[in-house]
Amino acid sequence: MIDQVSQLLVGAVDLVAAFLLLYGLHRMASPVTAPSGIFVAGIGMAVAILVTFLDIVGVSAAARPFLPVNIGLALIALVIGGGVSWWGGRKVAMTAMPQMVAIYNGMGGGAAGSIAAVELFARHTTGIVPLVVTLLGALIGAVSFAGSIIAWAKLQSILNKPLRLPFMRYINLFLFLLSLAAGVMIAVLSQSGAVSPDFIYGFFILAMLFGIMLTLPIGGADMPVVISIYNAFTGLAVGLEGFVLQNPALMIAGMVVGAAGLMLTILMARAMNRSIANVLFSNFGDAPTHAHG
Amino acid sequence: MIHIDSFTGLYIFMLAGFAGWIIIGRVPAILHTPLMSGSNFVHGIVVIGGIIVLLDATTLTERIIGFIAVLLGAGNAAGGYAVTDRMLAMFQTSAHPAHAK
Repeated sequence: MIDQVSQLLVGAVDLVAAFLLLYGLHRMASPVTAPSGIFVAGIGMAVAILVTFLDIVGVSAAARPFLPVNIGLALIALVIGGGVSWWGGRKVAMTAMPQMVAIYNGMGGGAAGSIAAVELFARHTTGIVPLVVTLLGALIGAVSFAGSIIAWAKLQSILNKPLRLPFMRYINLFLFLLSLAAGVMIAVLSQSGAVSPDFIYGFFILAMLFGIMLTLPIGGADMPVVISIYNAFTGLAVGLEGFVLQNPALMIAGMVVGAAGLMLTILMARAMNRSIANVLFSNFGDAPTHAHG
Repeated sequence: MIHIDSFTGLYIFMLAGFAGWIIIGRVPAILHTPLMSGSNFVHGIVVIGGIIVLLDATTLTERIIGFIAVLLGAGNAAGGYAVTDRMLAMFQTSAHPAHAK
């Protein structure tokens, strides 16, 4: 009984939360209503987080003895993660905003990747479709996580010179194929039984390495467009992991940001008179000014 | 428990993708950066996914990675809100006098 009531409540609040997040984003898209948009979206987020704790009545029997510890850990993580970021976002100089967006976006990608990792380790996901979706979200999330951190480091002037190795494009292609292969291995091995944890760690390390190598050659001036791409990536990863967790609020919010982020990236690139492919893959774009500067 | 099969999932993704595309379709260039930050906040909803997997964790590995998921997700949501709010507040003060005239 209490099970059904809490599930109904979680479902209803998640629906309202998804609506508020979309409506807030819609308000932000017009100059007149923009300032109130974030507040609307914020209310949606807050109620969604609160009501998620009602999931404690639905946890598996195996996890029940650990509930007090897990709830405590969740609260600690919320307070520390939320507190530090809130403080950072409030304190930082207005000119440092772009790199703050980059680092917070990277956190989102890392969170999506971590959710996928837990699902892979716990072997909750069975069946080839959910498994492929988990791995795809993990790959995109990990690339977004690592790439956003490099973008942050570049804007923060920790990494000053774009790194350009010969055959970089082929190295990156190789890394990408290697992480794909690791993902396929995990999917195949999961069908016939246990996957060694080393495979899962290896998969994530390769994906993050790819994200780092993809971002390193891009010059600092192109970073806003790159952050916008990774923003869309994180949205996509969140949406995919939402499907794995069977949570429609995550699916909707994630995929809306995935599409909106892609649209925003195209608009930003167009405003700079560039194409996205040009920003991502032309190592020569702004090479002369940087190399001699 | 809600059950979403693959095709229902694809329909949800398609409709949500359309919604995102339309919402951003015609925004003025001055709103690009605040909107990037605003949509960055929206995918901070990933934090509830982190809470779901952490509450269900049974081994130490799951607990550690689940903790990291909640930590990072909360960072995304709180930081995204703080930064977007500051950007839009700046926008409000510059937009309001012009609007009042």
